[in-house]
Order: sequence, then structure tokens, then C-alpha cells
Amino acid sequence: MPLWDHGLESTFSKVLAGHPAYEVTGGEVLYRGENLFDMEPEVRSRAGIFLAFQYPLEIPGVSNVDFLRVAYNSKRKHEGLEELDAFDFDDLVQQKLEVVKMKPEFLSRSVNEGFSGGEKKRNEILQMAMLEPKLAILDETDSGLDIDALRIVAGGVNELSQPDNATLLITHYQRLLDYIVPDFVHVMEGGRILTTGG
Amino acid sequence: MTTTTVKSLVNQPYKYGFVTDIESEAIPAGLSEDVVRLISAKKEEPEFMLEFRLKAYRQWLKMTEPNWAEVGYPAIDYQNIVYYSAPKKKEKLGSLDEVDPTLLETFEKLGISLSEQKRLSNVAVDAIFDSVSVATTFKDKLAEQGVIFCSISEALQKHPDLVQKYLGSVVPAGDNFFAALNAAVFSDGSFVYIPKNTKCPMELSTYFRINNGDSGQFERTLIVAEEGSSVSYLEGCTAPMFDTNQLHAAVVELVALDNADIKYSTVQNWYAGDENGKGGIYNFVTKRGLCQGVNSKISWTQVETGSAITWKYPSCVLVGDRSVGEFYSVALTNHRQQADTGTKMIHIGKNTRSTIISKGISAGRSENSYRGLVKMGPKAAGARNYSQCDSMLIGDNAGANTFPYIQVQNHTAKVEHEASTSKIGEDQLFYFSQRGISSEDAISMMISGFCKDVFNQLPMEFAVEADRLLSLKLEGSVG
Repeated sequence: MPLWDHGLESTFSKVLAGHPAYEVTGGEVLYRGENLFDMEPEVRSRAGIFLAFQYPLEIPGVSNVDFLRVAYNSKRKHEGLEELDAFDFDDLVQQKLEVVKMKPEFLSRSVNEGFSGGEKKRNEILQMAMLEPKLAILDETDSGLDIDALRIVAGGVNELSQPDNATLLITHYQRLLDYIVPDFVHVMEGGRILTTGG
Repeated sequence: MTTTTVKSLVNQPYKYGFVTDIESEAIPAGLSEDVVRLISAKKEEPEFMLEFRLKAYRQWLKMTEPNWAEVGYPAIDYQNIVYYSAPKKKEKLGSLDEVDPTLLETFEKLGISLSEQKRLSNVAVDAIFDSVSVATTFKDKLAEQGVIFCSISEALQKHPDLVQKYLGSVVPAGDNFFAALNAAVFSDGSFVYIPKNTKCPMELSTYFRINNGDSGQFERTLIVAEEGSSVSYLEGCTAPMFDTNQLHAAVVELVALDNADIKYSTVQNWYAGDENGKGGIYNFVTKRGLCQGVNSKISWTQVETGSAITWKYPSCVLVGDRSVGEFYSVALTNHRQQADTGTKMIHIGKNTRSTIISKGISAGRSENSYRGLVKMGPKAAGARNYSQCDSMLIGDNAGANTFPYIQVQNHTAKVEHEASTSKIGEDQLFYFSQRGISSEDAISMMISGFCKDVFNQLPMEFAVEADRLLSLKLEGSVG
């Protein structure tokens, strides 16, 4: 469900994910029966909310694979499952690399450090593929992508879409919609949804 | 929310802050020629030692405290410091059974077991409490290989010739204000001697503990590695929490002869003072190694996490041709801590090489400066240096500085310097937490990554310890 506006959708998605720079002064957001605002950001993530960043951050010194493993295992822990050991984890991650057509070398590089714009966005989708969120919010994931990267990212999103999860796509461009066909379209302006269509 | 997380992360209580209740014997506060003589007399030192001390003391009187470092503190009243404090003991110690159980317990509590059964099997320990060494483990086993590892007081009794030959040969009595003070009043420290072509069979380690609230600690360590020998040495330090500041002015001298190799590692965790900067140790230390022989190597690795103020520049003087100096450092400051630390690499011989990897992490309202000198002398043909100084800022109120000094007097020498500054801020932490990773884990992952090049240099047992220590120190520091 794409959403059009200028800036406010980013704010909206950050508020949903619990960015500390935003203070929620009122209201509530019900997510699977619970108020999101009562949850810490990491708990929201473990409960299945995923935000693909418009500008993914570079984390020097932390390898992509370590980052993915700690993230993945904290979700498993939250669900009461055993943490995956290094071998099983590796099998899983290799499989997910396929989704975004990334080479295994990416795993040993520092998170997003020195990545091109397209690689960063693919890395976001890789993280999403690992964490299998219930609600994924993709904040302008298409911006700054060349056509090949756009196809890979869109392909990843389509592949991960299941009947029991939802994806909220924020975009300003038509071209992403050539690859991803939304179920609903909401038009947002001035902080309100003006129109909803199918 | 984040501010509190960062705070609670950085504000881990200091767990070594307890005081041991033990009767001690101290010379009243104050410094004079008589005090210097008294210290020497108490330790029944040979004549040359008294001469060395007096010469240093007279020089010290004429010197002024250095003020070029990026640190600030109220004037120190040197007449208000206790220069000698020793736990009272009955008789001379022959074996550990005679060590006061309170002392053994103290070290046990610090995680340093001196008792036969629980020792680390591959590490020999010299334990220093306030001004004196209370025990050295594995002395006999080391002696079988000709390795001497004992307190410097004992070395002065048993091996006076060796001590006389090398003491002050790297850091002369009047080298600088704090080194001169140390030379005048030092009361103990460790002595290591590795004979020719001997690889020291285990890690050697000294553990320093300041207990007395009014006393300074002035220890002196001397390590001599003969031709073709090698040794790895580690020091650790802690102190109780007091509202007042204690002065720690140590001197470490290393001598490496032809083809010898000395690796010196420090994990410094002196009490750093509270959040408002009250209390903590002033760590004003002179450490220097002399690569006297050809092809010799001295490597300093330091992890500095404690002290209210750190003033410390472990250095290498590369005299022997093809000798190698290394400096790997992680300095972490938090709250109101101040650190001005770095190294000096003095290239004198031909084809000498040095590497400097410095990682500064500043959190809270702390100040963290790297200060380093690379000097290529006129005869240092083909000498090379590589320096890398990285700073990491945590939060918005900490400061980081880099002061590299480079002097090149030989046109065939090559010096490289790289520097970077990065920041752990709210946005990075949010990125981690959006992927389900707690702030604690996020900080510890980022810090480990940042410090990896240095931790890799530490002996295995201590690398893990250092990693954990840094995470603890930073708990709650990002906001």
C-alpha cells in the first residue's frame, strides 16, 4: 500500500518504529492487540515490526553477519526459541542471500560501510528476509536505485510477501509500482489519509 | 529513553572499589631528603640505590610539573602525600603461607588468585599492595630456566649488579617531573630478567592495588631481555573508591638486547572518580622501552579505562638496526575523566620500524587526547612508521583530540599517519534497536569492532576480559 506525501510519512514510520527523537504526546497504535507505544523499539522489532530505512546507517567495525546473527537470535529468544548456532545460521543466511542476489562476501563486510546506494537497500531487504516481519514498512526504498537494483529489491519484497504479513510501501514514484502491485493505495497529505483505493 | 539507557550503560558501578581493613605501616605524609633516606633505609638498600634516589630528589626539587597536556586538575600538594605505606607483617615472607590471609583474600576478591591451587596455570603473578610486593607466584619454576621474576626490592638484595646496570638506563632519574619523583621515592615494583636465548615459559603479570586513601603509589618496573630471549608481561591495576585523588606515578623501563622480544600489556582500571569527577586516581606514568640490540622488538599494548586523569606515553627508543617498536592502545574515558595518552617512537638505527594504532573512545563529558611523537633521527636510513589514530565519540558532550608530532631528519625515512573520528549516536542505536538488538549489545558490538586491532594484540585470557571491561564501563553511555 503506497503512501504519498512529503516528509510526514517518514516521521510516521519512525514513530511507529519508536525512534527516540519523536515524542508521542497522545493516542495509541494497536498492533496485534497491543499498544505499540508501550513497547521499547527493540521489542517492537522482535514482535515483527520492520522498518527499511530510507538512509541505512553505516556501522563500522561490526560485520554484516554478526549484525544479522545477533538481530535474528534476539528475535528467536523473544519467541522463546533456541538461538541458532553459527552453522545453522550460516545455512539460513546463504539461502536468504539469494533473495537479494548478494554475494557471500557481503556478509564479512562492515554493515553498510562503503556500500553503494543500491547495496544498502538490498542489505535492508536481506535483513527483512532474515527477520520475516509481520509488518514491514519500506520508507522510500526505491529512491536512488538504478533499474537493476530496483528490480532486485522489488523481487525481494514480492517474494517475502505472504498472506499473514503486511508491507507498507512509502514512495513518491510510479516506477516501483511497475514491479510491486499493491493491494491498497492510501494517499496521505498533511498528516491525514485523503483517499484509499484498491 | 535513550538518554537514560546510555547513562545507565555508562554508569556501571566500579566493582573493585572496596577498601581492605589491614594494619599498615606508613611514613607520615610529606617529602624531604629524610623521607627519601628513610625509605631507602627501610628497604635496606645498597648504597648506589640511595645515591640514585637522592640525585633524583635533588633534581626533582628544581623541576616544575608539566602543564602541556590537555588535562586540568587542582595543584597537587606533594607534602600531603604518604610516600610509603606497607601492610604490617610479622616476619620476612618465605612462602605464601606467611602472607597475611587478609591480603590473599583481597587479591582473591579482585580475581587474582595467589594460592597454589587456584592460580592461573600459565601466568606468574607479582602482587603489589600499596607500596610493597606481597607475593610472587611461580618464582621457583621460572628460576629453573634462569628467569628472574621478583619484586624490585628483592632484586636489589639478590641481584644488585643487574639492577644497578639497568635501572635508570632507559628513564634517567631526572627524565621528567614525575619520573624524578618516582626515582626518589619508589617503594616497589617488579623485576624481570630473561637470560640469553630463553623464551619465558609463561606470561608474567603484576597486579597493582592501591588501598591507602592518602598514599601515592610509586612503583618501578624493570624488564631486561637478553640476546635472543622473549617475554610477555601484563600489568593490571585497581583501587578503592575515595572522594580524594590519589597519585600514581610509576616508571617502567624495558631493555631489549639483540634479537630479543618484549611484549608489555596493560589493562588499567584504576578508580576513575564518580560521575561528577570527584575522587579517582591521577595516573602520571612514564613507560619507555629501549630496543638496544639489532633486530629487537618492543610492543606496548594498553587498555586504559580507569583513572580520573591519565598522562602516559609508552615509548620505544629504536637504537638497534632493524629494531621494531609497536604501540597498540585503547583509551576509554567517561563522565569527567581526562586522558592525554599516546606514544613516542624514536628511530635512531637503520631500517627501524614502528607501528602506532591508537583508539580513543570518549563518552559522557570526558576529554580524550592522543599525543604522539614520531622522530626519525639523522642516521635512521630506511626507517618506517605507520600511525593510525581513531577516535570514537559517544553522545554529544565528549571531546577527542589528536596531536601528532612528526620530526624527520633523514630523507630516506617514511612516515604515514592516518586519523579518523566517528560517533555513536542516537541514529545508529536506533538502527540496532529497530533490528531487535538492545542498546547494550549494540554498544558492545560497535566498541569491540572499533577496538579489534588492539584487542587482537592482547594475550588471549586478557582480550576477553578487556572486551567485557569496556562494555561494562560504557553501559548506559549513549544518548
